[in-house]
Amino acid sequence: MEDISLHILDIAENSINAGATSVDVEIEEDQRNDLLTVKISDNGKGMDEDMIKKAADPFYTTKPGKRVGLGLSLFAHSAREAGGELKVISTREGGTVVTATFNMSHPDRKPLGNVQETMDVLKASHPEIEFKFKHTRF
Amino acid sequence: MKLKPEDLDKISEKMRSSTTLREGKGRAWVTVHMGTCGIAAGARKILKTFLDQKEEKNAQDVIITTSGCAGLCSHEPMATVELKGEAPVKYVNLSPEKVKKVFADHVMDGKIVKDYALAKGSERVS
Ligand SMILES: Nc1ncnc2c1ncn2[C@@H]1O[C@H](COP(=O)(O)OP(=O)(O)OP(=O)(O)O)[C@@H](O)[C@H]1O
Ligand SMILES: [Mg+2]
Repeated sequence: MEDISLHILDIAENSINAGATSVDVEIEEDQRNDLLTVKISDNGKGMDEDMIKKAADPFYTTKPGKRVGLGLSLFAHSAREAGGELKVISTREGGTVVTATFNMSHPDRKPLGNVQETMDVLKASHPEIEFKFKHTRF
Repeated sequence: MKLKPEDLDKISEKMRSSTTLREGKGRAWVTVHMGTCGIAAGARKILKTFLDQKEEKNAQDVIITTSGCAGLCSHEPMATVELKGEAPVKYVNLSPEKVKKVFADHVMDGKIVKDYALAKGSERVS
């Protein structure tokens, strides 16, 4: 992925595929701690323990040769590349929260990209879903 | 629970009417494939271009939405166009320019752009 806004779109598409009716995107730029946090939360059908492991770790698989998804592991890779990490919290009842952190000034940190376009196309192609967006800098 | 023949009639009628409802929703469906491969290959611009075309042509009966990976990653970005009552057509290796032509010729005018189409399939990509 070229930039973080494309990762956000990709992760939000997971939420849509999980049947979410509401998706929240939050970007937080913490200048003081040189920390960028990107959080995507949904109220979709969630994942169980085993699925989370499979989803977040491209090397984890119970069946050799079985294809695992790319979206989450690529996002995790982008975060790690920039001194951060990816966390996935998910329950069947409460939905899923995907949080990626980045060392803001890390030379390998991808740019945010066109987050507005990501939110615009999400809203326009899924009018039945409520998308919220918050961007804070401090 | 035991079903009586009348119940079955009722159920099938209900199913029929809900299908008609869905089919009645829109004259054309455009589905942009937004799996990870698609997004990495530029699907957001493709979706944006479809949405802009819809607005520009004020085509309110065209429904534009997204779906997951179609398993044809090397052909991304892709989109499926389905006119009411017709078989869906998959367009591959799209660019914004190609999208404009597909929108004008196929979505608005009913003429398939064969040069950009993969194959005329009968399945709906969901
Ligand atoms: N928000 C979510 N809610 C529920 N399940 C999820 C969510 N995000 C991911 N998953 C599960 O984790 C799997 C892996 O997700 P991932 O994005 O990595 O790959 P994918 O969506 O399957 O394929 P792609 O490579 O196109 O992204 C999904 O198939 C889905 O089962
Ligand atoms: Mg995905």
